[in-house]
Amino acid sequence: MTQPAWSGTSRNIGASREVARTEPANLADILERVLDKGIVIVGDIRINLLDIELLTIKIRLIVASVDRAREMGIDWWEHDPALSSGQHDVLEENRRLRQRIDELQAGQHAHPDGEIESGSAGQEEHREHQEHQKSQEHQKKKLERSSHEHHQDGSP
Amino acid sequence: MRAKTSAIWLYAVVPAAQRGAPAGLTGVAGEPVRLITGERLSVLVGDVPLSDFDHDPLRDHLEDLRWLEEAARAHHRVIDAAARSSDVVPLRFATLYHDEAAVRAVLSERLEDFTSALQRIAGRTEWGVKAYVDPDMLAAPADEPESDQNTPGTAYLRRRRAQRQGQRDARQRAAQRAEEIHTALADLAVGALQHPPQDARLAAYRGWMILNGSYLVDDERAQEFAAAVDSCDQRFPEVRLELSGPWPAYSFTTEDRERQGEQS
Repeated sequence: MTQPAWSGTSRNIGASREVARTEPANLADILERVLDKGIVIVGDIRINLLDIELLTIKIRLIVASVDRAREMGIDWWEHDPALSSGQHDVLEENRRLRQRIDELQAGQHAHPDGEIESGSAGQEEHREHQEHQKSQEHQKKKLERSSHEHHQDGSP
Repeated sequence: MRAKTSAIWLYAVVPAAQRGAPAGLTGVAGEPVRLITGERLSVLVGDVPLSDFDHDPLRDHLEDLRWLEEAARAHHRVIDAAARSSDVVPLRFATLYHDEAAVRAVLSERLEDFTSALQRIAGRTEWGVKAYVDPDMLAAPADEPESDQNTPGTAYLRRRRAQRQGQRDARQRAAQRAEEIHTALADLAVGALQHPPQDARLAAYRGWMILNGSYLVDDERAQEFAAAVDSCDQRFPEVRLELSGPWPAYSFTTEDRERQGEQS
């Protein structure tokens, strides 16, 4: 359906409306526009797109990019109406968990040798991390599992 | 009186001067698309069966990504087709009314919003620009001291640290590039915004998507805009740019009021 975008030289761009009009490349392009953009008017049959599982799907779809995005200083989800309410907490929690696990792992690698990575976690925090580690990893696995399940469901 | 069996699905608002829906166009339920004309504005709609589009069945359908994909593509297809011959204000997916009277009522209630949205996008087109980098190409060349006589453990940790630092640097450089590109393109546009980076599974790409922007560009500057995309593509060899569009102005018809509301 869609070609891998990383396939060498970029598509030659025709600038006029007529020349450039092609079938939009991918579902993600369409979904991010028809679900998130466009004027909202309240209809008679009220489906709150934010309420339904769909949005959970959406969150799963983007959650893989969240850590990366934040590290890159992109914080769109803070302003995304779909994510700024209750679901935002899930993302934030997930991000925090991953970060803490990473810190913890970094801490474990570093402590035997001392000096390196000393910035990651103090001793007390380290102990506290250990206490939380099991449940965190469990939760992380759960998250990964659920996003994997979705992947299978969602594959065309 | 017979019970109603269909609802009205709304696609887009167009100026009332628009005569009729594009011929042969079908919508989310495979239904013919028609136009409900008001005094100053009209709206493209389709009659869809309540068996699939009443609250509960629709909710169920929306959970099904395959159904969602088809419906989303159909919704887009209608709006896109209309955009070829007219300015259009796309309406959010799944906007449904029971009868025409309600549709007409909302046309007049929201007249100002729709009109100002139409003015905002008139003679302009939305373009999408995505930028990808191959992280390996961004990584700084490794300059580890080979003369390290330390224990294997320390050497390992040093390597790990260098790797991690390399990753951080690469990300910083990527973010910087994304910002440069976005700024350069936004300069040529009357509106610019960034969508979330897309999930690789849905969008099928490799590397990092560092920019997923939408730009509202005056039609007479479309050529210039495309040239700017090309020029960024050439200027930064580690970045690959992809232009998509023309899109109906989905990303630029939302009221500012709503955007501000999100902040609170």
